[in-house]
Amino acid sequence: MNGQVSILIVDDEKVVRDSLTKWFREDGYMVGSAENAPEALRQLQAQKWQIILLDIKMPGMDGMELQQRIKEIDPTATIIFITAHASVDTAVQALKAGAFDYITKPIDPDYLSHLITNAIKQRTLLGENVKLKEQIAEFSKADEIVGASPQMQKVFELIQTVAKTDTTVMIRGDSGTGKELIARAIHANSERRYFPIVTLNCGALPEGILESELFGHERGAFTGAQYRRKGKIELADGGTLFLDEVGNIGMKTQMDLLRVIETKQFTRVGGNEIIKIDFRIICATNKDLEQAVQKGTFREDLYYRLNVFTIYLPPLRERKSDIPILANFFLKKYSDAMAKSITSISSEAMDIIVRYNWPGNVRELENAIERAMVVGEPPAIKPQDLPFQLSEKNHAPISGSLAGMEKNHIAAILEQNNWNISRSAEILQIDRVTLYNKIQKFGLKKP
Amino acid sequence: MAAPIQILNASSLQAGDIEKVARAVEGVFNLTATVSKAPLDIQAAYDNSRRQFNSTALLTQILSIDNPPKEKRIAIVDVDLYIPILTFIFGEAQLDGTAAIVSTHRLANQFYGLEEDRFLTLGRLQKEVIHELGHTFGLYHCLQFECVMRASTYVEEIDLKQSTPCHACMLLLKEDIKKFSFV
Repeated sequence: MNGQVSILIVDDEKVVRDSLTKWFREDGYMVGSAENAPEALRQLQAQKWQIILLDIKMPGMDGMELQQRIKEIDPTATIIFITAHASVDTAVQALKAGAFDYITKPIDPDYLSHLITNAIKQRTLLGENVKLKEQIAEFSKADEIVGASPQMQKVFELIQTVAKTDTTVMIRGDSGTGKELIARAIHANSERRYFPIVTLNCGALPEGILESELFGHERGAFTGAQYRRKGKIELADGGTLFLDEVGNIGMKTQMDLLRVIETKQFTRVGGNEIIKIDFRIICATNKDLEQAVQKGTFREDLYYRLNVFTIYLPPLRERKSDIPILANFFLKKYSDAMAKSITSISSEAMDIIVRYNWPGNVRELENAIERAMVVGEPPAIKPQDLPFQLSEKNHAPISGSLAGMEKNHIAAILEQNNWNISRSAEILQIDRVTLYNKIQKFGLKKP
Repeated sequence: MAAPIQILNASSLQAGDIEKVARAVEGVFNLTATVSKAPLDIQAAYDNSRRQFNSTALLTQILSIDNPPKEKRIAIVDVDLYIPILTFIFGEAQLDGTAAIVSTHRLANQFYGLEEDRFLTLGRLQKEVIHELGHTFGLYHCLQFECVMRASTYVEEIDLKQSTPCHACMLLLKEDIKKFSFV
């Protein structure tokens, strides 16, 4: 029985209404009928009708006009036109106006049966599609970006502005400021949100592997390539490709990447098949790309391709007003996750948190709060629970350059950990490659 | 007292064949079925423009024989039936009512340019008679592939189904039969 499906028949001929009503009732549908447009509208106001069979020619308001009114009341209603004389013009007009189909009187019973079955199938699929999109939207909601400072308000505005477009976005900011979070927020607010966002950390991979990761490879393309593998670009088809640490890409891959961005097509490593793709690029870097262009280590044409719309994420030390908000946000997050009844941060601890310089930015702050939640006791986080002791070095404001401070901090962490790179990188909340780069940049040497 | 199911023959089928249909009906409904000549004015239902016979007009005639019946009456005709909105129908019934009609016209192989197969036509007729009678007992179309209550819009579909209701339809049918005062 098809009791859940309701069909409304709108036709000025009684015999048509009666015979269709009878026909559909035998199939177990819920059937109603109306002899004119006002009666049909009254019935539509009274209850929801899923499928509406509508006579095109009726006295007073005709079927075409009635369709417009029905769509205003219920845009999801499936409308099938009934016409006595089939004409291409009428059919085109009906279908353009959003009708599901049209049928000519008298109707072949087999055709009518299939038509109704297909209309129900289409409605079911549309319903499932809406539900799935809602579920995906729920899953793909970006993590909350917290910040009330004017700088972050500006960032939020920029995200909203650029998300709706397909423009390439470059996110710049120090390590730990949340560049990936911004990329995910842009993707989640874009039309591409039902497709994947694929992330690739370009700084963590040697060039050969990066090329394979980006473009995929065919079987036998190189030693160990036992199977065909899709690359990140192919996986991002329809969605967003987020290239983190884009400044670390080697010259050859830069050239390949430029070609993909310009032509939206590529071939897998070791393959000949041209693959067309549709994706948006969001990239992030904490490198001085302009300097890299000047030095010739970063292609100028690629730089202009990527640097279309820039979002600059200010480091935490430049937006101190956000620190208490963020600290309380992470407190709530870990309090819930750990089911621990630490519900506040003592004023002394908060004072230290606000005065600390946070070279590792939001990531460091989150880790500090997580650690404090582990070692602390209810009801509040106390100064001794914090992972650092506030020293003169960490007091703000600090004299000297930012680079100098970063160098000192890295040197101190390396010393504390006997130059264990993995451990130091973990504490600094940066990856090992970045740490090696910084050691090289600042000329730090193991004693 | 009249038999609970009356089969009114207005077709050119042999009496023996109609009796076979009556026995098949009795087997499914577990009710007595009698066969008699149908006092119908078939020509009165003829539509000159469509060259077909209006099934609903014939149903009205069936209902008007004597007083409105308590028993189920099904007429068997061999003319091409239609209802105004559809190009043709194999049969028609009052849902949860007393009257039904079935035509052999499109059940016979000859209609499709094929060689006559009396046995096949009779089988199809049995299924359609049981199907339409099922409607008069309140049964809806069934989605079960082999159930006699499955809707058929072309003969091959009739051939695919059985001449008996599925288990679920049979349970409903037994409940529906109990409601009638002739039991």
